[in-house]
Amino acid sequence: MIEARDLSKRYGDRLAVDSLTFTVAPGVVTGFLGPNGAGKSTTMRMILGLDAPTGGTVRVNGRRYAEHRDPLRQIGALLEAKAVHTGRSARDHLLALGATHGIGRRRVDEVIDLVGLREVAGKRAGGFSLGMGQRLGIAAALLGDPAVVMLDEPVNGLDPDGIRWIRGLLRGLAAEGRTVFVSSHLMSEMAQTADHLIVVGRGRLLADVSLAEFTRQASRTTVRVRSPQAAALRDLLAGPDVTITGGEPGLLEVSGLRREVIGDRAAAAGLTLHELTATEASLEEAFMTMTRDAVEYAGATAGETR
Amino acid sequence: MTTTTAPTAVPTGARITGPRVVRAEWIKFRSLRSSLIMLAATVVVFDALGLGFSAFLADATIEPGTPAPPGGPSSLDPLGASLGGVNLAQLLIATLGVLLTAGEYATGMIRTSLAAVPRRWPVLTAKIAVLAGVSLAVLLPTVLLTFLGGQAVLGDKGIALGDDGVLRAVLGTAVYLAGIGVLGAALGSLLRTTAGALTSVVALLLVVPGVVSLLPESWSEAISPYLPSNAGQAFMSLGGDPNLLSPQAGAAVFVGWLLALVGAALIRLLRRDA
Ligand SMILES: Nc1ncnc2c1ncn2[C@@H]1O[C@H](COP(=O)(O)OP(=O)(O)OP(=O)(O)O)[C@@H](O)[C@H]1O
Ligand SMILES: [Mg+2]
Repeated sequence: MIEARDLSKRYGDRLAVDSLTFTVAPGVVTGFLGPNGAGKSTTMRMILGLDAPTGGTVRVNGRRYAEHRDPLRQIGALLEAKAVHTGRSARDHLLALGATHGIGRRRVDEVIDLVGLREVAGKRAGGFSLGMGQRLGIAAALLGDPAVVMLDEPVNGLDPDGIRWIRGLLRGLAAEGRTVFVSSHLMSEMAQTADHLIVVGRGRLLADVSLAEFTRQASRTTVRVRSPQAAALRDLLAGPDVTITGGEPGLLEVSGLRREVIGDRAAAAGLTLHELTATEASLEEAFMTMTRDAVEYAGATAGETR
Repeated sequence: MTTTTAPTAVPTGARITGPRVVRAEWIKFRSLRSSLIMLAATVVVFDALGLGFSAFLADATIEPGTPAPPGGPSSLDPLGASLGGVNLAQLLIATLGVLLTAGEYATGMIRTSLAAVPRRWPVLTAKIAVLAGVSLAVLLPTVLLTFLGGQAVLGDKGIALGDDGVLRAVLGTAVYLAGIGVLGAALGSLLRTTAGALTSVVALLLVVPGVVSLLPESWSEAISPYLPSNAGQAFMSLGGDPNLLSPQAGAAVFVGWLLALVGAALIRLLRRDA
């Protein structure tokens, strides 16, 4: 369980994280989604106490991370930047990490096997490929058999096999009742792994929804209707669950009504239609619309306060 | 995903303790080839130069007290000659200290270290304890054997370990070198870059003493004895040099430098983002 309350981080005059409040629950995979520079990695560094928040608090399993006597059992993390000494072998890296908690060679060999690094475990980590480096980082994250697993862009540099392996691993960890928090800037990736989404843009919280809910909203069909009698048509279609927007004269974007219903009602009222097209937004488009709006919103507020 | 974890292999008592953090730092130390190479180089240079200077002094035409060759001991007496490798060896062991701390920042390892031990200060203290312990374990016999070897080379001109102040100077040399390693580690942690820390080491140990000696005499006499290298010289020589502190005062000043630098490194470690 991770609980962030009004978490903020300022670097100079750049507000990298802006009053984030969210809870990451156990038993599911929570995707932490946002475009480049949204503040995902900064938030994760604050969760681990590597960067101090400028405001707000974040707790891991009920306590500030630094207050835990057994931090490796509480949360295992893979950070964005490599966090391994290039001159040390993978096994020695894990042995030194585990030694801080009295975790020994047996567990180290176990996680090495789990991530598939057995053959290269004695080699210098500096010579590792991007994908091998990610696997070593994941081995380090799992070393303490932690209640929370937090991975920053884990699929970076992995081949399709590796990506499939990560997906299975994350699902398995969540199924064991762990809290799994994974960042990505790709909606398509999260759509295949996550159960819940926390979406950020420019350091602000944009959405905190289940994937199912996000999908339902995103795939809500919009029907584009063109008619010379647009005003009359708008009155005809209006209703509690219906949203109608019109960009240009004679054009309506209707959501909440199926195409057939719109056509039938227009015919019954004797209104002329020049176009009736259903368009379905993809998850990726929904995500991009959401984050684009955030950017514009941030720009507007900055302008007002100046 | 049937075996993401096998709880049997993670002991139930898995948590941070002081000795465990020290053990982790020991594993880090011994698993880096660069640490072992720098330590070996310190030993070899100290020993080879000590024997070399002793052989130079043993040459009959050289009178004790003759100015030493460049890079050599401050004076060519039997003690100073046999321990004369200290000037170069200190730079090697300081480099070892710098690599241990600044190297973690350069590679990003520091984030792993601090995430595992988020209270942070145990990481740096354990690292310094391991560095000091290993250095002393290796350097005490090195310095002692080099002294004895040097005196053997000097033959009749040689002095004995039992002579007044000699044992203190010999042990002091090993302690000084280990202390300079700690000084390098503190600077590496403070400055976080290998190049910056190495530059500061050279400045503090070599450049500043040179610059101070160019100041007006009243100034240089007031400052010079308190510099780390000269404070060390006070307890690595037999004493009686009017330009140096007494051996006891020198040791106190040297330890003061180390405490100040390590303290500053700890404060910065606790306050700054990693
Ligand atoms: N140490 C730092 N000093 C100054 N600015 C920083 C620092 N770390 C991050 N930033 C800034 O904070 C903002 C958020 O960065 P962050 O790395 O957290 O984003 P992100 O969501 O992880 O992006 P990406 O998807 O590219 O990894 C960026 O504008 C970045 O330039
Ligand atoms: Mg990032």
